[in-house]
Amino acid sequence: MSHSQTTLPTSSRAPLEQLSVRDTRSNRRALILTLIALGVIVVLSVLGATGVLSIPVFTQPDSLAAASLWKLSGGALAILVVAAVLMIVFFIAGLASGRVSRPVGIVVFLGPAALFMLVGLVIPAIRTFLLSFYDAAGKTAVGADNYVWAFTNPTMRVVLINTVLWIVLAPTFATAFGLVLALLSDRMRARSEKATKSLIFLPMAISFVGASVIWKFVYQYNEPNQPQIGLLSQVAIWLGWKDPPNWLLNTPLNTFMLIVIMIWVQTGFAMVVLSAAIKAIPNDVLEAAALDGATGWQMFVRVTIPMIRGTLIVVFTTILIAVLKIFDIVATMTGGNFNTSVLSYEMYRQTFVQGDQGHGSALAVILFVGVVPVLIYNILQLRKERATR
Amino acid sequence: MSTVESQQTLKVNAPHVTSDTGTKVRQTLSSRIASLLVVLLTVVWTIPTFGLLVTSLRPQADVGTSGWWTVFTNPSFTLENYQTVLFSGGYNVQGGLIPYFVNSLVVSIPGTLFPLALATMAAYALAWIPFRGSNALFFFVFGLQVVPIQLALVPLLRFLNTGVHIGSVPVFPALGVTGHFASLWITHTMFAMPLAIFLLHNFMVQLPRDLMEAARVDGANSFLIFRKIVLPLTAPSIASFAIFQFLWVWNDLLVSLTFVGAGKDTVSPLTTRLQALVGNFGSHWELLAPSAFVAIVVPLIVFFALQRYFVRGLLAGSVKG
Repeated sequence: MSHSQTTLPTSSRAPLEQLSVRDTRSNRRALILTLIALGVIVVLSVLGATGVLSIPVFTQPDSLAAASLWKLSGGALAILVVAAVLMIVFFIAGLASGRVSRPVGIVVFLGPAALFMLVGLVIPAIRTFLLSFYDAAGKTAVGADNYVWAFTNPTMRVVLINTVLWIVLAPTFATAFGLVLALLSDRMRARSEKATKSLIFLPMAISFVGASVIWKFVYQYNEPNQPQIGLLSQVAIWLGWKDPPNWLLNTPLNTFMLIVIMIWVQTGFAMVVLSAAIKAIPNDVLEAAALDGATGWQMFVRVTIPMIRGTLIVVFTTILIAVLKIFDIVATMTGGNFNTSVLSYEMYRQTFVQGDQGHGSALAVILFVGVVPVLIYNILQLRKERATR
Repeated sequence: MSTVESQQTLKVNAPHVTSDTGTKVRQTLSSRIASLLVVLLTVVWTIPTFGLLVTSLRPQADVGTSGWWTVFTNPSFTLENYQTVLFSGGYNVQGGLIPYFVNSLVVSIPGTLFPLALATMAAYALAWIPFRGSNALFFFVFGLQVVPIQLALVPLLRFLNTGVHIGSVPVFPALGVTGHFASLWITHTMFAMPLAIFLLHNFMVQLPRDLMEAARVDGANSFLIFRKIVLPLTAPSIASFAIFQFLWVWNDLLVSLTFVGAGKDTVSPLTTRLQALVGNFGSHWELLAPSAFVAIVVPLIVFFALQRYFVRGLLAGSVKG
């Protein structure tokens, strides 16, 4: 092969050798698969039609096992149908040649994704922006009333203050803990480093709902004369605090308690990413600093931090955006009660519980305005990066 | 903290300067205090999860009357709690978690594969089929990544419910999918698109240019190149994003609550159910604890089995060149 200078894994070279203008064997296979897929679609359409005509072929069975099987096969069918559609489109579009082949390729490859983003994100976002100037039902225009409400209503003031607390504290502490852990574990033996990282990183894999249940148990409050089952209260009592508070009812303590959960989840992310950045610092830089007699602290402040500055910002802003969107923790821990609500939760509550689309939309727009600085920064960074490439 | 100590070790080691001094510098900086601190933090990080795991295995009578840490002096375990929450429900609750577990699978697997397929195609087009405006489009997609999905929820729900009307003339029919799995497949695909395209694009631009050009010269069209070169070579990267997307969908609460709700054992995913159970079970931790572990067991398995790919996917998005 003439491209041997590229370092491709040998296993993936095999398909390249078969690459030719007329790839008849695979074309025949594609044709057969396409026909099978077509058949599946036809069968499904017929079944779907019977469903529309409410002929009771497809009603969910009662028994647990049968119902589960029914649902799983539904999912499998959906995957099959989508795969079949994609194959057919690829097959037909692949027949195009000459001048049309390029535009056809662009439309086929990019079209579905573009359509999904347009219908799912762009148009709804514009509509939400418009709805934020309408009343609860979205019928009459009310000018900027919803925004005036958002910034003057006393309940909303608590929500906004909480949101600021979240976006200041959670990213700062998660990044700081992550940095400390990355630095310290960088100096450990490989095996213990790996174990440590796995355990600290683990909360990242589980849901915010799961994490909230885990911490709700830690915060469980019992009367001080009762046996304690919440770890935090028990530790407080062991340390000599006779009457620890109810962690989740006490304002503003409860908001800080919820922020702790976010820090607990995000520290692992910060640690893993920062650790990779620290390991990527070239050895000769560290060597030079060491030869110049830099101490551990000097090395950290003058060498490590400047070298990973970009990654630090990425980590901080990524967590910041996650915090702005945080919904699950508040929903699970307090349901937004006891003065713990934040913007993204309040948006949901105003829209779906209070049934006020105007208020909800205005809050969603405020949320978006919150991410705009990050968005602009990110785009400027990307442009810079591309210019140097 | 360890400044003095590390300074000394540095001086001691200075004469042995070799090609890999950097590595040595890293290692000699290690101090016992640092390791101790890491171990301490790791323990603190793990205890909450561990406590809930222990609780899920304790008999009902013990859980309400003593802290889980007493298990070290008074060990007593049972699987009964899992039996209850999986199959019958428990305190105040009808029905176990099994249907919701199945729902989560049915939501998550297509909810991973669909966006993956579409995003892979789009990423390839943006990376290797340049056209006028493709750069601007890429920046637009990149920007969309950080837009909160809250901004899209209400109009999207309305669109799926009622379609598009101008006056009373229907322009686009209601899809009639709200409350069904299809609504979650569609919405998860939509919301995953920007990040998925961006990450996969980053993987794809790294493919060797010579290879792509050679294939073109040989007469292969985009579809053949996509199938024969791009897919096989980027498969590991696609897999690492797949893990990410799977966990995202499995762990999602907001999208599920909005488009199908919490209480329906025919469609509602596990997270919505767990969130509802927090209210139902109240302080019945012997039931809430196993419920939580049923909800997080799949992510935990995925995490431990595929951690390497998971980390790789994570890094691709955050640390670049």
